[in-house]
Amino acid sequence: MIALENATKRYGRQTVVDDVSLELGGEGVTALIGPNGAGKSTLFGLVGRLVTPDAGRIVVDGMDVATTPSHRLATVLAVLRQDNHVAARLTVHDLVEFGRFPHSRGRLTVHDREHIERAISYLELEAYRHRFLDELSGGQRQRAFIAMVLAQDTKYVLLDEPLNNLDLRHMTEIMRLVRQLADELGKRVVTVLHDINFAATYADRIVAMRDGAVVADAPAREVMRPEVLAAVYDTAVDVREIDGRPVALYYG
Amino acid sequence: MLTDPATAASGASAATAAPPPSGRGLRSRLGAGRAPWGRPVVRLAALASAVLALVATYLFTDVPGSLAFALEIRSLSVAAMLVVATSVGVSTVVFHTITQNRILTPAIMGFDAFYLLISTAIVFVAGSATFLAADALTLWLVQVVVMVAFSVTLFTWLFGGKRRSIHLMLLVGIVLGTFFRAFTEWMQRMLDPLDFQVLSDAMFASLTRPDELLLALTAGLVVLGCAGVVPLLRTLDVLTLGEPAAVGLGVDHRRVVMVLFGVVSVMVAASTALVGPILFFGLIVANLAYSYAGSFRHVWTLPTAVLIGMVCLLGGQLVLDRVFDFGGTLSTIIEFAGGLFFLYLVLRKGAR
Repeated sequence: MIALENATKRYGRQTVVDDVSLELGGEGVTALIGPNGAGKSTLFGLVGRLVTPDAGRIVVDGMDVATTPSHRLATVLAVLRQDNHVAARLTVHDLVEFGRFPHSRGRLTVHDREHIERAISYLELEAYRHRFLDELSGGQRQRAFIAMVLAQDTKYVLLDEPLNNLDLRHMTEIMRLVRQLADELGKRVVTVLHDINFAATYADRIVAMRDGAVVADAPAREVMRPEVLAAVYDTAVDVREIDGRPVALYYG
Repeated sequence: MLTDPATAASGASAATAAPPPSGRGLRSRLGAGRAPWGRPVVRLAALASAVLALVATYLFTDVPGSLAFALEIRSLSVAAMLVVATSVGVSTVVFHTITQNRILTPAIMGFDAFYLLISTAIVFVAGSATFLAADALTLWLVQVVVMVAFSVTLFTWLFGGKRRSIHLMLLVGIVLGTFFRAFTEWMQRMLDPLDFQVLSDAMFASLTRPDELLLALTAGLVVLGCAGVVPLLRTLDVLTLGEPAAVGLGVDHRRVVMVLFGVVSVMVAASTALVGPILFFGLIVANLAYSYAGSFRHVWTLPTAVLIGMVCLLGGQLVLDRVFDFGGTLSTIIEFAGGLFFLYLVLRKGAR
């Protein structure tokens, strides 16, 4: 499990993550929701050792993030950030190969190559294998990055806003994929989402944050209630039942 | 009529899957390494042969007197060029990867400015006679130690601490560099014209007739620097993905960047102290290497950058010697020719 124990992060006088104790990474998909500035990305940064906590600690499967060698954590935990701008010209294959770096340190074995092939074919990227990343559409590029994360072969997968800048079709495609990662491959996925309807449809558990604290943490259906969502987002949200599924209406 | 979304989607992906017949597709296939010219090793070999040809031209043609004497002097120059090309090529490419930015050179940290400041300060305080009479080794040592100390201080202050911001470090580097330059200029204005004459010799890189001992020492430091980079070649590749992704893949970003930055400082300081301000062509060399190498991997881009540096230096020196009869500076020639070629490359590729 990924356990945050009284984790606190401050930027100047502003407390972004405020004394959060939380266990993430149970089976299935966990969605992390909340308004902008709620501390979701910082929380991911804490777990992904990009941000050092001012207080408290983070433990992944018994390993303290602050003291465990980075490459050991990278074999258990993969993080995909929201902005993946790469300055160099890489092909899809090059990118997916990087996923094996924690295991191979760059010297690929036959075993590593199998993982790479499996990841590429799982994401149906065979046709794009030798394409450069800057020649791909947003959806294809996101799939290539997910393939990299998959090649990393970790128990936990953290996705920070994987639906950013994607159209309807690609959003659905990525979320189905996220579900598959959990159901077929047994990955424990934690993902930051802005669209709460996607969270309700594809996640098993929803953790809602606001002002650096966890304000709701429950099975998806229980969080999808007008009073809970209104408290999280500070805006009126109507929740209707459509075909037996809760759908949030927040378009005004 | 409504089409079945699933069929429409698979149709669309099949259409995009087919390789487009345009030049873009052709280029990417070349980059993927099918055609022999697309393979980095072939490209590197071709470049190495070009360098060897240039070395031979430089060594064996236009010999005024004894060939043995010319060879002795010229091979020293070639050795100096190799040392400088290695330190500039490697340090610039590594710097680009660390900073995730391809339009910077380590010069932004004020290396060149600092070198000029030290030289000017010596002439200003002690006079040109002292500067000329000073033991070359002492002068070199002072320059190297002060430059390395400066950059390491700047680095540990702004990157080693809690702040850990490369951009802040660059910004402070730029500001300090500007300050040094202004201060240097002020001192130069106050100088005796004769002193200034002596000093202006030190203001441009000169690769002919290097001091043998200093060349050997500099070469030693550059080799040491390369030895520090080689085990990190694959880690450097991962760093091209940016800090967040590299950390996610288990790179100890802070430690790796510290080591690489140390290597860059030592190499740049040693070669600047040997031949004068040299970083001017790093930008051209590194960017030419990226488009020529045919791979983003540092195993290929680093040697390519070094060899392109050799081409620039040798070619520039040949033009300077044979065409302009030593009337000018190497930097003018390299920057003019290299800059034009670089512009051509950028414009040809369009706004990539």
